[in-house]
Amino acid sequence: MPAVTVRELTRRFGDFVAVDRVSFNVEQGEIFGFLGSNGAGKSTTIRMLCGLLKPTSGSALVGGIDVGRDPEGVKRRIGYMSQRFSLYELLTVEENITFFGGLYGLDDNAITRRRDFVLDMAGLRGRERTLTQDLAGGWRQRLALGCAILHEPPILFLDEPTGGVDPVSRRQFWALINQLSDGGVTVFVTTHYLDEAEHCHRLALMQAGRIAALGTVHELKAVFSDRAVVEVRTPSPMEALRALDDVPSVEKTSLFGTALHVWLRPGERDTRPLRQRFTERGLAIESVEFVQPSLEDVFMDVVERAGGTSG
Amino acid sequence: MRKALAVGRKEFWQIVRDGRTLMILLFVPAFFLGLYGYALSWDIRHVRLAVMDRDNSRDSRELISSFTNSTYFDIVATVRSMTDIERLMDRGDIRVALVIPEGMSHDLRTGRVAQVQVLINGDNANTATTVFGYAQAIVRGVSAQLQLDIIAGGKMPPPISAEPRIWYNPELTSTLFLVPGLIGFIVMISSVVSTSMSIVREKERGTWEQVRMAPINNVSYVVGKTIPYFVISLVSALFIIAAAMVLFGLPMRGSWLLLLFTVSLFLAGALGTGLLVSTLVDSQSLAFQVSLLISMLPTIILSGFIFPIASMPAPIRAITYLVPARYFLVALRAIVLKGVDAHVVSMELAALGVYAVAVLGLASVRLGKEKV
Repeated sequence: MPAVTVRELTRRFGDFVAVDRVSFNVEQGEIFGFLGSNGAGKSTTIRMLCGLLKPTSGSALVGGIDVGRDPEGVKRRIGYMSQRFSLYELLTVEENITFFGGLYGLDDNAITRRRDFVLDMAGLRGRERTLTQDLAGGWRQRLALGCAILHEPPILFLDEPTGGVDPVSRRQFWALINQLSDGGVTVFVTTHYLDEAEHCHRLALMQAGRIAALGTVHELKAVFSDRAVVEVRTPSPMEALRALDDVPSVEKTSLFGTALHVWLRPGERDTRPLRQRFTERGLAIESVEFVQPSLEDVFMDVVERAGGTSG
Repeated sequence: MRKALAVGRKEFWQIVRDGRTLMILLFVPAFFLGLYGYALSWDIRHVRLAVMDRDNSRDSRELISSFTNSTYFDIVATVRSMTDIERLMDRGDIRVALVIPEGMSHDLRTGRVAQVQVLINGDNANTATTVFGYAQAIVRGVSAQLQLDIIAGGKMPPPISAEPRIWYNPELTSTLFLVPGLIGFIVMISSVVSTSMSIVREKERGTWEQVRMAPINNVSYVVGKTIPYFVISLVSALFIIAAAMVLFGLPMRGSWLLLLFTVSLFLAGALGTGLLVSTLVDSQSLAFQVSLLISMLPTIILSGFIFPIASMPAPIRAITYLVPARYFLVALRAIVLKGVDAHVVSMELAALGVYAVAVLGLASVRLGKEKV
């Protein structure tokens, strides 16, 4: 049985449809990523799955429990960690663990056992009595994760869990998430860091309340299998962008960092028309080469086809 | 219950580490007691008095010394003319002038009515009335004594003498009446303000979202939140009462157990009010203002602390039934000043209990609404 089953899940706020007939499954032990710009409906979906918000229609089973019927039952089976690392700043590391353990109804023995586990996992041994407000971002993030899994939930929700954390801590964090997933914990994560999405087994791209694309990172990139993406490096990318407007073999162009990404029409593999156009316009070009489409390319493509803006 | 205890313990650690909350709960009450305790008094003493003695006799000196011996008046000037009195009164150097005309003693001894003049600055009507009362009492006392001396050489008692005896507050010091009100006022403010911050703060810092994700019911959460504030406020309230006894001579004629119970009921209501405010507003600054407003104004104006409820117009009097301090003051005064039993104040205790259950219940319900 899937860990999370979502069928036609819908939530309206007045006339506004925040989540529009969304359906998907998440398998046990899977790391399932939820991608989308702000306002795409990610948070509303998560809040419904965590039992905080009642669905307007449709259903969602989390750990086999209907979130509409028994939100409290859902809460017992999930762990939740938000981007704010919601810990009590005036409490020590140890006190935060004790509090959240108590909040989930753990008895003293269980709290002691899980405290040791969390301290080891987060690398917080020796800092038990440090006030949480004095911890650096990475430590707080790992402590927040630890507090979210004290009650050993089979399903873990992470809402943009790596905001404001340095790259090294972010890598450590993902290593922990992978460990949990290997141990059978289902991880449901929202993010807008596209490089992070590569850590997910499967991804759902949300756009305007709907799931615009869903699949493994590999599958999503395969959308471009029949189209080549060419990366153009040039000192004057804006002029180069305009120069390619009416080249027949070009489907579309976009800025990608300081470079230019050019999608050729299906079947096209020839870069000579591009070079020719640049020469005609007298534009200096550093390099023109084929590249693997990135997740950002996929994302932009999906967003464009869904008719939204890339905001 | 385990969950409620976890919340309570967490809240306690937070209060202890957060100097601001602890200050509101412990320091502010002591500060208020000191400040208001000494400032709030209707007794007027050491009124500045000028004397113009034109008689200059044994009797006139007797009268003057009766004024100074009363401790209500201090002679700051001895003058010779009305213009001097006018000048001193205009400058605010004196509030009262006693004018003894020439021949007062002669009139007295010859059986005629002797007249003295007391001039009072009436720019503050309250003070003037009080001062007038003092002056009249002193003059009357002196004249009664003189009468006896003259008629019977001091051997005959006056025909009828009413002997007033004031119970519970024999010296009629207004402090004894005001201090219980002050205690209610301080306890109300500190407990409402401190708890009103407690949930809003969690909303602002984002920990509230985390708590909402946990499987804990509202009643456990409210109970857990209330316990530490209750314990600290109770200690603070008892300290205030003890301090009032030492500093202002507040007596304790009733049962400590009954007092403890009454204070506990009142506190539960006050803490519930604070929690309710906390569930209704979204920022700490708003919580502070709202809680200060709803705890301070009714407690000062509508509780019988300063203005007697009996003399309020009926619609206002109806509102006072919703002010918990009203019941607390009646009960507290009855317990400490009169030493009454529980059944005498049972109505007040019941009202306090109903209020506490109502606001704590409302806070729980509001918290439930927040969760969806």
